Amino acid sequence: MPPAVVLVTGVSRWLGGALAAELARDPAVERVIGVDTVPPSADLLRSLGRTEFVRADIRNPLIGKVISTAAVDTVVHMNISSTPAGSGGRGPMKELNVIGTMQLLAACQRAPSVRRLVLKSTSAVYGASPRDPAVFTETMQARRVPAGGFAKDSLDIEGYVRSFSRRRPDVGVAALRFTNFIGPRIDSVLTGFLRMPVVPTALGYDARVQLLHEADALGVLTRATTGDFTGTVNVGGTGTLLLSQVIRRLGRLQLPVPSPALGSLGRLTRRFGFVDYSPEQMRFLNFGRVVDTTVLRTEFGYTPRYTTEAALADYAQTVSPVVPPDLIGELAAGVEEVVSRAGSVAASVGSTVHGRLRPAPAAPGLRAVRDA
Amino acid sequence: MPEARVIQLRPDDESHVPPAGEPSWDEQVVGGVEFLRRRLTGEYATDEFGFDPDLTDHVLLPLLRPLFRRWFRVETHGIENVPTSGGALVVANHSGTVPVDALMTTVALHDDHPAQRRFRLLGADLVFDLPIVGEFARKFGATLACSEDAERLLCGDELVGVFPEGFKGIGKPFRDRYTLQRFGRGGFVTAALRTGKPIVPCAIVGAEEIYPMVGNARTVARLLGLPYFPITPTFPALGPLGLVPLPSKWLIAFGEPIETASYGPAAAEDPMLVFNLTDQVRETIQQSIYQLLLQRSSVFS
Repeated sequence: MPPAVVLVTGVSRWLGGALAAELARDPAVERVIGVDTVPPSADLLRSLGRTEFVRADIRNPLIGKVISTAAVDTVVHMNISSTPAGSGGRGPMKELNVIGTMQLLAACQRAPSVRRLVLKSTSAVYGASPRDPAVFTETMQARRVPAGGFAKDSLDIEGYVRSFSRRRPDVGVAALRFTNFIGPRIDSVLTGFLRMPVVPTALGYDARVQLLHEADALGVLTRATTGDFTGTVNVGGTGTLLLSQVIRRLGRLQLPVPSPALGSLGRLTRRFGFVDYSPEQMRFLNFGRVVDTTVLRTEFGYTPRYTTEAALADYAQTVSPVVPPDLIGELAAGVEEVVSRAGSVAASVGSTVHGRLRPAPAAPGLRAVRDA
Repeated sequence: MPEARVIQLRPDDESHVPPAGEPSWDEQVVGGVEFLRRRLTGEYATDEFGFDPDLTDHVLLPLLRPLFRRWFRVETHGIENVPTSGGALVVANHSGTVPVDALMTTVALHDDHPAQRRFRLLGADLVFDLPIVGEFARKFGATLACSEDAERLLCGDELVGVFPEGFKGIGKPFRDRYTLQRFGRGGFVTAALRTGKPIVPCAIVGAEEIYPMVGNARTVARLLGLPYFPITPTFPALGPLGLVPLPSKWLIAFGEPIETASYGPAAAEDPMLVFNLTDQVRETIQQSIYQLLLQRSSVFS
């Protein structure tokens, strides 16, 4: 049964807005209500279609009123901030993430109309450490529990959602653990990081990166909202790349910096509102993280259209490379041609010289003469 | 004077195949340029464990080969016991202060095995915590020694290598050479039972003498966060020169595979069976070490 009234939090960001727009296009969905603290941009507002926008803070009990008066039956919680920069510092970020989720869940628990909750979570809940298994399945837990930042918030949020589903067993809960988003339109931590012409990385570490294209993220969220999957699922593209490979494929320059220096560099860039090098972000950049997506493909029933490689290639079209890969290709082809031409000249010279000096090689198939 | 006899030449019993030979210098240069182009543009494949076959084949293995052929003159025995396809768990003794034995076994299985098998090593978490070492370990095909990774690799039909003695084996004093230490908690047997893949016991002789560890600077080790800090006759006395391994003669022998599929995956929950299998593997390796030691005429030849 498709949802009648859907409430999407965090609708003013690209992914939330895109989901609301997608749901608004679906005639089976009666109403789409978008909630955010800031109004969506003019472009986004145009694409939202018949979505009703409510400017409200999920930390405010007002959200409860919205849910009960509109008889919302499906709540999609996406208002989770991954960077302190986007929400005015770590304090407000934690407030928005944790207290906001608690308020929203409290409101949902009171509303009898709610029968489905979709949580946009993250694979950051698995942490990143040298003690990690290479690939995480949904049943595994972080070997080293994330101590702070976005990952800790996400762990707390998942915990609150689990206790909510214990208190309201009639509500179907789907928690989607997304890997890093990438794509031409989405603005994620990773895209900001990779837009820099010179990308600083930790010296002596090369993280394994699994990416998810924005179109697939949208597809999974739509399916989770309109479908009936309950439980936790990892969402990521097929295949992995190393961070160094990602940087090279985008034509960026990699600047390996010893880990301790990277910390102070991170503080510096954060002050200028550049890129966020939080400790957990750094651990991710050192060790990386890969998730198993068998549940996504079998039980959830969605196969990502973009592999990690294809998603990166699509993103690469929107960034102008510092070192164009085509140039390297042409240069290599030029050198190869010169070398092989020189090689064939040398070979022809060599063979005439050899021909004069050495006897012809033995005819094939000749063997030592046997005695009768 | 007897007439000259005509002896039939038989050109038809063997079709002539020109030897493949070494590629010419220009082909080698073109190959090198092509490799550089791939590396600079990132156009190569890596797997979810971080294994980089392109780098392994073109840089890491060629760097290790002189050590394998010339320095240690490694002889490989019983390579036919390693399956040509499908998953298997190679269990070996660990020694030598620095895990050179793992690297040499990788070269042996790649170069001496007809199917040029990739050896996927399981390493301690310390390896992956260290900068540079951890990075290249993953690119060389290693991953963390945990049941999840071992089972995932075995299910993917990879040849997995494990050294159950761990730091107890590699960091043991020189006087204890060629005596196997305790075999962990039998986690490797559990992984093999769960996946039903055979266990191939492997004995490595020669690694013990490369860095004879005569002492252990425990305080330094604790300061550096290492399990041991070796003192050898040449290290740290001779400084960087002490890092040159002694050119001992190496023998690597693969024993007959021990099949585990018939026990069924439920057998992994039977601790007694796991202990028995662990002991069986340990005994086999110890016996084969003694046999190899008898075969080797002296340490350096």
